Amino acid sequence: MNAPAYNFAYLDEQTKRMIRRAILKAIAIPGYQVPFASREMPMPYGWGTGGVQVTAAILGPDDTLKVIDQGSDDTTNAISIRKFFEKTAGVAATTSTLDATVIQTRHRIPEATLHAGQVLVYQVPIPEPLRFLEPRETETRRMHALGEYGLMHVKLYEDIARFGHIATAYAYPVKVNERYVMDPSPTPKFDNPKMDNCAALQLFGAGREKRIYAVPPYTKVVSLDFEDHPFSRYRFDAPCALCGSEDSYLDEIVTDDKGGRMFVCSDTDHCESRQAQGHRGTESAAPHKEARHG
Amino acid sequence: MYVAVKGGERAIENAHRLLAHERRGDRDLPEITLPQISEQLALAVDRVMAEGSLYDRELAALAIKQARGDMIEAIFLVRAFRATLPRFGATEPIDTGRMQVRRRVSSTFKDIPGGQILGPTFDYTHRLLDPQLAEGFVPDEPAMAAALEGATPRVTDILGRDGLIEPSPQGEADRPVGDLTREPLSFPADRDLRLQNLARADEGFLLALGYSTQRGYGRNHPFAGEIRFGEIEVEFFAEDVGFAVPLGSIELTECQMVNQFKGSATEAPCFTRGYGAAFGQSERKTMSMALVDRSLRARELGEEVLAPAQDEEFVMSHSDNVQATGFVEHLKLPHYVDFQSELGLLRKLRKEFADVQGNEELQEAAE
Amino acid sequence: MTTIAELPAGFADKVLSAQTTFRSVMEAMARPGSVQRVIASVDTPPHLMRGTAAIALTLFDHDTPVWLDSMLAETTEVKMWLKFHSGAPVISDASVASFALVSEGAALPQLDCFAFGSNEYPDRSTTVILQVDSLMHGPQYELSGPGIDGRAILQASFKPNDLFERLAINVALFPRGIDVVLVADDAIVAIPRTTRCVGYGG
Repeated sequence: MNAPAYNFAYLDEQTKRMIRRAILKAIAIPGYQVPFASREMPMPYGWGTGGVQVTAAILGPDDTLKVIDQGSDDTTNAISIRKFFEKTAGVAATTSTLDATVIQTRHRIPEATLHAGQVLVYQVPIPEPLRFLEPRETETRRMHALGEYGLMHVKLYEDIARFGHIATAYAYPVKVNERYVMDPSPTPKFDNPKMDNCAALQLFGAGREKRIYAVPPYTKVVSLDFEDHPFSRYRFDAPCALCGSEDSYLDEIVTDDKGGRMFVCSDTDHCESRQAQGHRGTESAAPHKEARHG
Repeated sequence: MYVAVKGGERAIENAHRLLAHERRGDRDLPEITLPQISEQLALAVDRVMAEGSLYDRELAALAIKQARGDMIEAIFLVRAFRATLPRFGATEPIDTGRMQVRRRVSSTFKDIPGGQILGPTFDYTHRLLDPQLAEGFVPDEPAMAAALEGATPRVTDILGRDGLIEPSPQGEADRPVGDLTREPLSFPADRDLRLQNLARADEGFLLALGYSTQRGYGRNHPFAGEIRFGEIEVEFFAEDVGFAVPLGSIELTECQMVNQFKGSATEAPCFTRGYGAAFGQSERKTMSMALVDRSLRARELGEEVLAPAQDEEFVMSHSDNVQATGFVEHLKLPHYVDFQSELGLLRKLRKEFADVQGNEELQEAAE
Repeated sequence: MTTIAELPAGFADKVLSAQTTFRSVMEAMARPGSVQRVIASVDTPPHLMRGTAAIALTLFDHDTPVWLDSMLAETTEVKMWLKFHSGAPVISDASVASFALVSEGAALPQLDCFAFGSNEYPDRSTTVILQVDSLMHGPQYELSGPGIDGRAILQASFKPNDLFERLAINVALFPRGIDVVLVADDAIVAIPRTTRCVGYGG
């Protein structure tokens, strides 16, 4: 039998070269989706194969890798991807946002400000921001070529007419470097402002759709809006029940079947770091509150 | 006190151990072997090789065993392995006219040179569950004829000699054949890429699309010109020795559909072609593929694109079951963050709605 | 005639050398004007600097047609080295090249002989790898654009002198355009198509 043997970081060198070339073009043309010959990975399409291929193409033995899903290092798919790289590339893994050199993420941008030594790799399901307005690739490609984004503005405006607001809560479209309209991946729009003028390099990988795109550091990223309906962030108006954070994005935890719920940071590293610094919320394991709940 | 959910790592390990246990099933029963799968579930192996794009019966059998018989999972396993293999080059084109045929039928002529050969087929069996097969059944020795010497001419070649069917569209000799596993797909796609896409496509998806053309969604009046299945030798041109060397034999099914004729003021009318080919004995797959191939030639043949099966972006973007299953099943991954975002928006909109209604009621009450 | 055994070696460790070299190029492309170093050791054929050779081994293969300036094109050993280590086809038509290797800046042809890509596929463009005298000393160029926090200062000595004037075609062409990687020994600086030269000091 052809017993399988795999390369450093799984991908063969030819595949890495192809992906690396695509990454360089993506950086040179901010927000433009570069087609690449995405490979079948040992995890399913839609589960981060694009992000995994980008990470595999950039990762070296000196890197420290962090993988998050929904902001958390301990969600099953984040664990599975982190394990994959620990096994195939032998890299050091961390949960600390500050210590990581490469952060692969699904659906969140960490709360901590990213720095220049870091690369943020997003897993992207549908890279085309116009796809739900126009299903045809030939058409959307033409719109990007001409910078013709009227369709998107019409959609957003229809939302306003119908609901009084732009009814997009996540994967909220942005314009990069005043040229390309880009899908930020399904992050909550709360995270959009973090993409603007960010010190870290942001890379986006869509495996099934075979696209790579990028936002270079210190690049203008603007959420689409209208003068009379400016973009606004959304977070549930409450402090984190564990660390008391007033400005982090919150997960809603259903605590019982009688409508009980609490809100905690979605970014687990942010929350734990704050707790380690002594910040406390109403439900935290602080000594003086331990007796409150079982 | 609230403690965030932890222990995902152990949960994954335990789940995989449980999966291995379930896969083995009742340990008092003998373990199924790869040769048993390859020999006795041969058509499952054929499908995994065809849609997995890798001709290796043993690995396909292993994949089926590992996937507990889930075909798409098995195809996925084979694909993921295939993606890591080094690419040495492309084989010489195979000439299916030289196939050692084990089955060959045509619905267009009663008798054809080389004859109709029914071969191993479910056709004309009565689909009655056979209790004999439950255990210990020893089938009769099959009646065998001597293998045919020489080539078996293709029905489409016979039609082609009189110009009754369009010549098989030829690629340009010095233009490399496309490979959608090495180059990202862009539209419009040429027929080489379309056929590769269809050869890897999900059998059920092609079946449904092919069926839809028969029911009027892009109808093209097909006849099964010929379906043949058999063994054929594969050769590779080795640059260092300067000639083609045989790599071995593969089993292959080929279907050529003869379709609705076209013609114009300048061209005499003739039948058109639809083509299907797949590893192993994969008749349903190749017939469906030939129907869809013909439909997708709409643009090239100047037909109006109206039906799903004629729409290459639609067909090619959704035909791959490994892509499709991944994305459909990814919905079970956590989406807490997005959902929270939507929930927030929905609550806000509902509150505004209620406020407006409340105001109106107040106003009504005041009036 | 040089035999393959006599050709300068490629990377000692293919996988990790390619990885570190790529990260330097990626960092250079992401932070235009910043000087990055190639740390991988590599033997070079005549006229190729260490950085150039390392980039070639990292990014070139069968799928990337490469255009060479006349000095490189006339050096058999360079072509054999490229062919043997990367398999990249060497072509004379610059307009379909994925990469162009320019060993001597004075030999840089008019940029419009290279591929700019199309508006639909602006990535189908030529990346020009240009060897220069120094990326440490020389006149100061003030750069701005994506990847640059305000302004970046590049101190460099290169030919052609009017490189940035020539690269100004990128403004009108965008998203089409030419990306350039400058190499001086093991130092590299990238000037992607979005970078603008906004000031010059002698």
